[in-house]
Amino acid sequence: MTFRNLTTTAAAISAFAVPAMADINIGASLAETGPAAFLGDPEAKTLRMEVDKINAAGGINGEQINLIIYDDGGDANKARTFATRLVEDDEVVAVIGGTTTGPTMAMIPVFEDAEIPFISLAGAVEIVEPVNPWVFKTPHTDRMACEKIFADMVSQGFTKVGMISGSDGFGKSMQAQCKGVAEASGVEIVADEVYGPQDADMTPQLTNIKGSGAQAILNSGMGQGPAVVTRNHTQLAIDAPLYQSHGVASKQFIELAGTEAAEGVRLPAAALLVADQLPDGDAQKPVVQGYRDAYEAETGEDVSTFGGHAYDALYILKAAIEKAGSTEPAAIRDAIEQTAGFMGTAGEVNYSPEDHLGLTLDAFEMLEIKNGEWTIVE
Amino acid sequence: MSELLQFLFSGLTVGAVYALVALGFTIIYNASDVVNFAQGEFVMLGGMMTVFAYAAGLPLPLAALIAIVATAGVGVALNKLAIEPARGAPVVSLIIITIGASIFLRGVAQVLFGKQIHRFPSFSGDTPFRIGGATILPQSLWVIAGGLTVFVALYLFFTKTLTGKAVLATSNNRLAAQLVGINTNWVMTLSFALSAAIGALAGVLITPITNTSYDVGIALALKGFAAAMLGGMGNPKGALVGGLLLGVLEALTAGYLSSQYKDAAAFVIILLVLFIMPQGLFGIKQTERV
Repeated sequence: MTFRNLTTTAAAISAFAVPAMADINIGASLAETGPAAFLGDPEAKTLRMEVDKINAAGGINGEQINLIIYDDGGDANKARTFATRLVEDDEVVAVIGGTTTGPTMAMIPVFEDAEIPFISLAGAVEIVEPVNPWVFKTPHTDRMACEKIFADMVSQGFTKVGMISGSDGFGKSMQAQCKGVAEASGVEIVADEVYGPQDADMTPQLTNIKGSGAQAILNSGMGQGPAVVTRNHTQLAIDAPLYQSHGVASKQFIELAGTEAAEGVRLPAAALLVADQLPDGDAQKPVVQGYRDAYEAETGEDVSTFGGHAYDALYILKAAIEKAGSTEPAAIRDAIEQTAGFMGTAGEVNYSPEDHLGLTLDAFEMLEIKNGEWTIVE
Repeated sequence: MSELLQFLFSGLTVGAVYALVALGFTIIYNASDVVNFAQGEFVMLGGMMTVFAYAAGLPLPLAALIAIVATAGVGVALNKLAIEPARGAPVVSLIIITIGASIFLRGVAQVLFGKQIHRFPSFSGDTPFRIGGATILPQSLWVIAGGLTVFVALYLFFTKTLTGKAVLATSNNRLAAQLVGINTNWVMTLSFALSAAIGALAGVLITPITNTSYDVGIALALKGFAAAMLGGMGNPKGALVGGLLLGVLEALTAGYLSSQYKDAAAFVIILLVLFIMPQGLFGIKQTERV
C-alpha cells in the first residue's frame, strides 16, 4: 500500500484538498514488488524519471504532471482497489499500468465505468480484443511473438515444434496463443510440456521433447524458468535450436543462462535491446538510444523492454494531452485513439478505433544471442 | 533406458536441493518442536549474500563463508529478538512468529538486494558428465555431496556429541534439561545458528542451479517442508531420503506421465504416505505421558 509522489508533498496535499486545477493527475498501478517485480520495477522507475524530466521542461501545456503510483504487487484484487482509489480519491485523468494481464483485466471495468483512458503495459491479446474504447496497450502481444517465431522457424525449414511453457500467467497465455496460430503459421506442435516457474531442472521435459522428433523448441515463459531451460538444453546437447519469447528480453537472461548456454538462442524483441545496431537512418534509433542512455544513467541498471513500454505509454499520453489541449478524460481518449506514426521503444504506433495495439509484426526484431550479446538476424 | 537415467539424474538434482532445505528444518525442530518457516529465507540469504560478496570482487569460497556466517548471525538474532521473548508461548504461536520473521526477512532482502534474479557461476564449470546416454551437471554432484555431508554431520552431532544430546534433551523436556544443568537458552541460540548456517550453505550450493531472488524462500521452504514431513520431521535421515524421494517422484511424473501434474502427483503420494505413516517414513511415534 505504498503511496509515492513525485512532486513535492505540498503538491500532493493540494491534489487531495482541491481537485487539482493546475496539475494533471496521472495514475499508475504497477507490480513494483511481487513475482512480476522485475517487470514493474523498471516501469515505475521509468515513469518517475520521465515525469520529472517533463515537469522540469515545463510540463504539458504549461501544467505540471502529478504522478500517482500504487504498488499492486501483481495482485488483481489490490489492483482493482487501487483503480477505484485512483478514480475516486486521486481524480486522475488517465491511467498507465497493469504490469501483467491479471491486474489489467481486473482494472478495466473500473476505468470503463468512470470513462477514464487506460494504457496497459501487459502482454496478452485479450486486453485489446475485443476493442474497449477506453483501453489501449503498448507492448507487443504474445500472439505476435508466436507468429514472429514461427515465421522464422518456417523460413529455416523447421515445421515440427516442441513447446515447453511456464505454468505462470505469461507462459500459459503464450502457450495457448502459439497453439492457436501454429496451424496458420505452417508448423505442427509435436510436444507440449509444462514446468513450474520456480523449478530447478527441466531435463525430463526436454528429454521428452528430444524424443518427439521436434526440429525446433519454443520456450514460452519469463523470469528464471527460461534460463534453466536454456542451461538444460545445452546440458542435454539437443540439436533442435531453442527459441525464447520476448518475456526474457533483458540482459539478465543471458547472465542467468550463462554466455555459453545462451549462444545461438533466438527470440523476438523490440529494437530497444539492439539500439546501436539499428541502421543510422532508422527513425527509431534516436528514440531507443535516448531512452536507454537516460535509464542506464539514472538507475545504473541495464535497460529492459519492460521499462520501455512505460516510456511509450507516458509519451503517447503526453502527445494526446497536448493534441487535445484539454485534460478532459474523454478528449484525451479521443486524441490517444488518433495517435499515428508515434515512434516509441516498441516500434511505430498507429492506433485506430479498431486497433488499440497499434503495432505490426515489423515492430519485432528477431534477435540471436552471440557471444553474450544480442544481434539482429537478417 | 537412457531416458530413465536422465529422469533419475534430474530427480536427484532437484531432490538434493529439497533435501538440503529439509535438513535445515531438523535442528530447530529437534530443539524446540518449532517448524521454522523462515528456513527458506535462510537459504535465500545464503545465496543472495554470496552473490553480492562475489560481485564485490571476493573469491567465491570467501564470499560463501561470509554469507554462511552472516546468515547464522541472522538466525541468532531471530532467536534472541523474536523467539526468546515469547519463550512461554505455545509451539503454534512460535511457528506463527517464524512466518512473520520470514515475511520480514523477505521485505528487508527486497529493499537491500533489489528485486532482480541473480546467479553466480558453478563451482566446477558447466560441462556435464555423460553416463549411459544421460547427463548430470557437476554442480548437481556438489549439491548431492553437500546434502550427504550435512546429513552425516547432523547424525554424528545428535548421536555422538554431548551438545547434540543436550539439544535433544531440551526438546524432550525443557524443565528437566535445565535441572540437569543444560543451558537451554544457549541450546536454542545454537540451534538457530546451526539451522541458519545449514540453510545458507544450501543457498550457496543450489544458487548456480536454481538462481536466487528475494522471494525464492517461500517455494523452497514449502518443498523442503514437504520433504521433511515425508521423511519424518526432525530426523536427518528422513530429511535426506524424503528430499531425494520427492525429487525423483517429480522427475518421473514429469517424464512418464505429464509435466502438468508433476507437483500434484508428488503431493498425492506424500498424502498417501502420511495417511498410512503419520510420522513420516523415519519419524518416531510420539508418546505423551499424561
